[in-house]
Amino acid sequence: MTVAARIFFVGGVTSFRALFYWLTPWIYVPSLLVGPIFQILLFAYIGRSAHLRSDEFYVIGNAIQYAAIPCLFAMSQMIGGERYQGTLSAILVSPAGRIPLFFGRSMPVVVNGAFVAAVALALGCLILDVRLPLSSIAPIALVVLIAAFSCTGLGLINAAISLRLRENAVLTNVIFGFLLIFTGANVPLDSLPGWMSTSAQGMPFTHAIVAARRLADGASLGAVGGLVGAEVLVGLAYGLCGYALLRWFEAQGRRYATLERA
Amino acid sequence: MRTLRLLGMGWYFQFKMISRSAFEGVGQVIWPLFFATVAFFVFRAGDSPRTLLYASLGAAVMGMWSATSTTAGAAMQRERWFGTLELLVATPPHFSLILLPVTLGMATIGLYCMAATLLWGRFLFGIHVSIVHPLLFGLSILGTVISFGALGFLFAVCFVRFRAAWALGNLFEYPVWLIGGFLVPLALFPDWVHPISWALAPTWGMNAIRESALGGSPLDDLALCLGLGVAYVALGVLVTERVLRAARVRGALSLT
Repeated sequence: MTVAARIFFVGGVTSFRALFYWLTPWIYVPSLLVGPIFQILLFAYIGRSAHLRSDEFYVIGNAIQYAAIPCLFAMSQMIGGERYQGTLSAILVSPAGRIPLFFGRSMPVVVNGAFVAAVALALGCLILDVRLPLSSIAPIALVVLIAAFSCTGLGLINAAISLRLRENAVLTNVIFGFLLIFTGANVPLDSLPGWMSTSAQGMPFTHAIVAARRLADGASLGAVGGLVGAEVLVGLAYGLCGYALLRWFEAQGRRYATLERA
Repeated sequence: MRTLRLLGMGWYFQFKMISRSAFEGVGQVIWPLFFATVAFFVFRAGDSPRTLLYASLGAAVMGMWSATSTTAGAAMQRERWFGTLELLVATPPHFSLILLPVTLGMATIGLYCMAATLLWGRFLFGIHVSIVHPLLFGLSILGTVISFGALGFLFAVCFVRFRAAWALGNLFEYPVWLIGGFLVPLALFPDWVHPISWALAPTWGMNAIRESALGGSPLDDLALCLGLGVAYVALGVLVTERVLRAARVRGALSLT
C-alpha cells in the first residue's frame, strides 16, 4: 500500500515535473496563461461581430475548454516524453502497479488543468468586465476541477495512442479542435446539427460548460447536480477506457517489440 | 541573379521539407479548419449583416497566418536542433538570404490552408466564393504570402535568443487573428488597438484579399501590405546582424 501510494503521489509529481516541459515560465506563461486570454477575446469579439451571445458565454466556454491544452498535452507527454528520454522501456518493465503508475501521473495534470482554466476565467472576466455572482465562485471552481478531471480521462486515451503514434502533437491538436467545435464552448449546442450536439453529450467539457454558465446565471450547485454528475461519469468512462487501452497497447508493444518504435 | 537563385532554391527545398512534416504540413492545414468551422457556425447562428463569405475569406487567411506564426518563431532554433546552424551562418551569403526562404516556405504552406478552408466552407457550409477581380485576388494572395513570410522572418530573428521560441510564435497566432480584422471588423476594437493593427501587414493583406474578392479596390491595401513586408525584412536584416555578432562574441551560436 505504501509503495503504491509512493508511486501514485511521488512518482506522479516527479513525472509531471520531469516530462511536462511546458512548466518552464518561458513556455507556461505564454502558452497556458496568456494563450487562453486571447482565445477568449477572439471568440468574444467574433460573438459580438455575429451578434450571437454575451461575453459571459464565451469567457466561461473558452476558459473551461482551454483546460484541454494542459490536460491533453501533459498526458501525451507521459508516454512520448518517456520514449524521447529513453526511459519508457525501463518504466514498463518495472513491477510497479499500473493503476498507481498511470493514474498517479494524471493527478498533477488535473490540478494544473483546473488552475489554467481558473486563471483564464478570472482574467477573462476582468478584461471583458463580466461579473459573476460571488456565491457562484466556489461552485464554478468545483465545476472547473471536474472538467479538468474529465478531460484528463480523455488524455489517458491520448497517452495510450502515443504508444502507437509518433506525431502525437498533431493528434492532440485535432482532439482540441473537436472539443472547440462540439462542446458548446462557442457555438450554442442547439445551433449545432443534431448529430453534433448528441455526440457532444459524450465529450468532456460539454456538461461542465453548461453547468458553469447556469451557476453564473445564479443557479445553485444542487440545481446543476445532474450536469456535474454527467461530467464526472464522462471523465470516469474515458479514464477507464484509457487505462484499458494503455494496458492493451503495452502488451502489444512487448509482444511485437514496438515500444520504442512508434 | 545569384541572390534570386539562392532565394528560389532555398524556398523550394524548405517548402518540400515542410510539406512532408506531419506537424507543419498536415497539422497546420487541419488546425485552422477547426476555428473556421466554429466561425462558420457562429456567423450562421447569429444575426449579423456580415455574410458567411466574409467569414470564409477571413478564416482562410487565418490559416495562412497560422502556418507561419507557429513555425517561424522557431525557424532558427530548428536549424540549431538539426545541427546545421553553424554551417549556414558560415556560408558566404548573408544569413538573412538563407533564413528568409525558410519563413517564405512556411508562409507558402498557408496556401494549402487557404484552399482547404475555402473548400471546407464550400462543401460543408455551402459558401460560394465568387471572385470579382480574379487577377487582383491572385496578386493579393501572393503579396500576403510574401508579407507573412517577411513577418515570420522578423519573428525568427527576434526570438532566436529564447529557448522556447516556438511558444512565443504560438502566442502571436491568436492576437493577429484577432486584430488583423480577419473575422472581426477593426471598428469593434478600442481606438488604441487600431495603430497596432495598421502596423501589421496581415491587416492590409486581409483587406486586399477581401476587396479583390468582393469587388473593391485592393491596390492601396496591397501596396501597404508589401511595403510593410519590405520594412520587416529590412528590420530583420539589422536584427540578424546584431544577433549573429553577439553570438560570435560570446561563442553562443549553438547554445540556447
